[in-house]
Amino acid sequence: MNINSFAMRDVFLERIWQEMASNPSIFFVSADFGSPVLDKIREDFSDRFVNVGIAEQNLINITAGLAIEGFTVFAYAIAPFITMRCYEQIRVSLALLSEVRPMNVNLIGVGAGYSYVVSGPTHQCYEDITIMRALPNFQVLSPADHITADKLFDGCVSSNGLKYLRFDAQILPVIYEAGPPKISDGFHVHQQGEKICLIATGYMLHTAFQVANEIAKDGEKLGVIDIFNLTHFSADRLKTVLAPYSAIVSCEEGFRGRGGLDAMLFEFIAKSNLNVKTLSIGVEPGYSFELGSRIELHEKVGIGIQSILKKVRPFIQTIPN
Amino acid sequence: MTTDQVNNLREKVLWVWKETLAIHRRAPETRLASSLSVIEIFVALYYGGVLKFSASSPLDEERDRCIISKGHGSICMYPILADLGFFAMEELQNVCQAGSFLGGIPDPVIPGYETVNGSLGHGLGVATGVALALKTKKSDSNVFVVTGDGELHEGANWEAIMFASHHGLDNLHLIVDDNSISMLDHTDNIVSHRDLAMRLTSFGWDCLEVDGHDIIAVQEILLKQKNIKEGRPKAIISKTLKGHGVPGLEDASLSHIINPKPELIDDLLENLIDTLLEKKK
Repeated sequence: MNINSFAMRDVFLERIWQEMASNPSIFFVSADFGSPVLDKIREDFSDRFVNVGIAEQNLINITAGLAIEGFTVFAYAIAPFITMRCYEQIRVSLALLSEVRPMNVNLIGVGAGYSYVVSGPTHQCYEDITIMRALPNFQVLSPADHITADKLFDGCVSSNGLKYLRFDAQILPVIYEAGPPKISDGFHVHQQGEKICLIATGYMLHTAFQVANEIAKDGEKLGVIDIFNLTHFSADRLKTVLAPYSAIVSCEEGFRGRGGLDAMLFEFIAKSNLNVKTLSIGVEPGYSFELGSRIELHEKVGIGIQSILKKVRPFIQTIPN
Repeated sequence: MTTDQVNNLREKVLWVWKETLAIHRRAPETRLASSLSVIEIFVALYYGGVLKFSASSPLDEERDRCIISKGHGSICMYPILADLGFFAMEELQNVCQAGSFLGGIPDPVIPGYETVNGSLGHGLGVATGVALALKTKKSDSNVFVVTGDGELHEGANWEAIMFASHHGLDNLHLIVDDNSISMLDHTDNIVSHRDLAMRLTSFGWDCLEVDGHDIIAVQEILLKQKNIKEGRPKAIISKTLKGHGVPGLEDASLSHIINPKPELIDDLLENLIDTLLEKKK
């Protein structure tokens, strides 16, 4: 690998820091959540940085107030807290209010899925895709590496509207070494398959590659698609890309069958009249306080490589050639 | 203030009271009692020279921001906004009807409304963000936010209260319509605010109390407080009566959900209004 990996948040915050130097309309609001790059923002732009404290409801209300006054606001907290602690503030004063008052608000949630490995279920986040995509005027952005996160920044500044960025808390290997994906498509085709395509988001793209490599040893080539915009993607292009397949497998680090990526894709398939079978790979619904590595935890809840292989191999047998 | 100005404010209060009753008579879905306790506050803000506003350009950058958090309890704003030219007076005939922008709970589709207000406990936090934005923009404009006392049970308010004093937002004015009644009971019987002024003061706010049905006192205290800029946010606790002026409704524990009989409203509008006018003079 030629490109060093970075944390998504550090790359994204670096871009915010750079932008703040020339763009006086950027405001950064944190709910007492930091990072080394954030230290530069609060030192260099103290008049446009505010820490509301451990108070996510106020984080969103302050964000809404700044946004209707014309500031482009980046609000920053741990993913479950910035989505669930303050969901009604998000609904009322961002989603509803933005119908009447234009605003540019970017909620940065760090800690997608199990990425806060040892912190347990309060800090892990398996519900955010579901609840954030329920708000019609939010974009839900879920990058799989820092190159994508970096590229998403451009649209966050240039496009008005509401965005939720679901960042991994860990440094993930680089996927887009050859250059970032085309952001306007909302997804990227990494490899063409024969009968079956894996569609993954965030961390699960990395898992999907490994699953595809294992299945390739069985002689079956799986397609792999990264979907990084779960709400605003090119539907026509995705339909074209999926048309040749007989089956798709959704892969998410969120609850299976609870309105997340799987529901989004299966609705899309139905609406697009695609004749494909489906398999949903996601966290088995339930909460656990067990400790282990992320890989171990993933195996326990059904989204580890071995768990997925156990589901995908028999699934492949049901797909006619 | 001249006698004419005093009389003008008093007449406006009665006119708004009467129009609010008339709207409720046509649209019983509207919340009447909590809209009657807050009339003097809005009359003082809009007719008493307190608030900078532009009816022809409701989002004018130079305006003071008036954020009405107690959405349901602000139907009395409809006649005020119509009278001031934010929209046509005829619209008052259509409240709660299909196609009208004047709903049972006011939304920011109404010229003059800044935020979404139906869910309680959001206005103060958003107003605090607006106040921070105005300070950052070095704007002289002020932010007024009108809440009820019941909605101060929502914890997000207290996050904003702490934040505003920490950041010295002396452009932020909280006006509490303290009619002392929530939906099901007096707030003292639910979760008492005890001495709300003392509580706000202890959180670093400059806080005053006023008889919320004395329009002149309300106007004077708002004007006085607006000009004080000492690095602290400001609050006025306006002591009011829910359902003010309506027999059977005034200060009744369940006034929020009581709809006076249409005949009573007709009687008040046709016969008693003159008596009340005399009494209030």
